[in-house]
Amino acid sequence: MKNSIILKNITVQHNAKIALDDISVSIPEGTFNACVGPNGSGKTTLIKTFLGLIKPSSGTIEVLGNLNSIPSEFIGYVPQIKSHDLTFPALAIELVASGLRRNWIGRIHKDEKSEALKALDKINSAHLANKQLSSLSGGELQKIFLARVIIRKPKILLLDEPATGIDMVCESNINEVILNMNKNEGVTVIMVTHDWEVAKHHTQSVLLLNKKIVCYGPPEIALSEEMLSQAYAHYGHILHKHEGAAHV
Amino acid sequence: MFEIFAIPFMQRALIAGVLIGFIGSYYGVFVVQRKMSFLGDGLAHAAFGGIALGILLDTEPLLIAIPFTILVSVGIVILKNRTKLESDTAIGISFAVSVALGIIFLSIKKGYSSDAMNYLFGSILSVFPNDLYIVSGLSIFTIITFFTHWNSWAYATFDSELARSDGQKIFSRDIYQSILISLTIVVSIKVVGIVLIASFLIIPAAAARLVSSTFYGMTVKSIIFGILSAVSGLWLSYYLDVPSGATIILVQALIFTICAVAGRQR
Repeated sequence: MKNSIILKNITVQHNAKIALDDISVSIPEGTFNACVGPNGSGKTTLIKTFLGLIKPSSGTIEVLGNLNSIPSEFIGYVPQIKSHDLTFPALAIELVASGLRRNWIGRIHKDEKSEALKALDKINSAHLANKQLSSLSGGELQKIFLARVIIRKPKILLLDEPATGIDMVCESNINEVILNMNKNEGVTVIMVTHDWEVAKHHTQSVLLLNKKIVCYGPPEIALSEEMLSQAYAHYGHILHKHEGAAHV
Repeated sequence: MFEIFAIPFMQRALIAGVLIGFIGSYYGVFVVQRKMSFLGDGLAHAAFGGIALGILLDTEPLLIAIPFTILVSVGIVILKNRTKLESDTAIGISFAVSVALGIIFLSIKKGYSSDAMNYLFGSILSVFPNDLYIVSGLSIFTIITFFTHWNSWAYATFDSELARSDGQKIFSRDIYQSILISLTIVVSIKVVGIVLIASFLIIPAAAARLVSSTFYGMTVKSIIFGILSAVSGLWLSYYLDVPSGATIILVQALIFTICAVAGRQR
C-alpha cells in the first residue's frame, strides 16, 4: 500500500520549546486515522505541519510523493471553528465555493454555485446556502466547512477537532460524511479528536501523541490502558476515573 | 448649484475627493474587518512626523511623509507577525514616537503654524496638480489590486491560516497592503487632514458593514459611500465655508446613521 504522508525525524520548535520531538510515521493511502493525545501534546502542530503552515526545524515531510512541498490542491482542511472571524460578512455558499478556487470569491459563477449546492446537498444542508455564516450554529458551520472540503475532491482530509462544541446528532452526521469520503472515495483521513469512542469505532489507526509518537497502530492497541497511561502520564487519576468512558 | 466645480481649485479638490473617497473606503473594508481601526490613527500620526520633518527641511512635506509612513506601517506588520506583541501595541508605540518627533521638528522651525494647520485639518485650497498625479497613480494601482489581490486579502481577513493552507502568500501580501494603506493616508491628508483621516478610512466601511451580507457587497457599498461623502462634503464645505475634511466626515457620519437604522430593519 502506498503512503499518503511520510514524516521522517520531524522536530518542531516554538521559540525554545519543543512541540514535536523527532516524529517519524508513514500514513497509508486511503486509511482513516485519529490523532489522540493530551492538551499541548502537539496534535494541532502536527496537522499544521502536514499543511505546511509550520516549518519543522529538522526532518523531512513527503505528502503524496512531494518531498518538502505541500500540494495544497489535494488537501482538504477543516479547522477548529474558533480560528476564523465570526463577524465576517459571508454567505454559507460563498465559503463552500471558496474551496473550488482555493481563494475567496467576490462573485460566484453559475457553475460554481451549482457545484456548491451539490456539495451542500450531499450533507443535507442545501437549505443553509444563503444563510449568513454568523447566524449558523457550531454544527451547521462544521457542515459548511465539510461541504467546502467535499467540493474540492481531496486526496487527504485533515480535521482539527471537528466535533468540538456540537451536539451528538450533528457529530454523528459529520462522522458519517467523513466515513463515506474515506470508504467510497478512498480519501486518507487524519482527524484530531478527544473522543476515544469515535477513534475506537471509526478509525483503522490511532496516532497517540505526546510530543513524541507513543503509538501508531490499530485502536485496540493504541488506545489500550498501557499506551494511554504513557501518553497521559500526568492525567493518571483522570484516566482511572474515566476508565471505560468515551471522553477525557 | 454645481457651478463651484467650474472653479479650477474646486475641480482639483473634486477629482482628489472622488479618488481618495474611492481608495480610502476600499482599503477601509480590510482595516475595519480586521479590527485594525487604530491603524489609521497610528499611520496618520506617523505621517505627521514625516510632514513636520519635511517642513523643517523646507522640502515638499509629503515626499518625506510617504517613506516615513511606509516604514512605520511595515514595522507594525513585522512586529505583529514576528513577535508576541499585538498590533495595537505596535501602533501605539509608533503613534507616540511619531507625534513626539513631529512636535520637536515643528518647535525647531519658526513660522510653521499655517502649513501645519492645513495638514492637521485639511484644506481643499492646498490640493495642487502634482497631488492629483500622485492620487491618480495610487487610484490606478488600487483598481489593479481589486482584480489581483482583493480575493486573497478577503480570504486572509476571513481566516489567515486557512488562506495560508491554500498556498496564499499572506505575509508579503499584508506588507503590500499596508504600504498601499500608508500611501492612501498620506495622499488623503491634504483634503481630509491628519486629525480625521482615520475616520475617513473607517466610517464608509463600517456603514457598509451594517447593510451588507457579503464581503464583496461591503466593499462595493463602502466605495460608493466614500465617493458620495467626499463629493457632497466638498460641496457643502465650500458653501458653509468650513474645513473640507470635517465636513466630509460629518456627511459620512450621516450615511453611517442611515445605515445603522436600515441595518436594524433588515
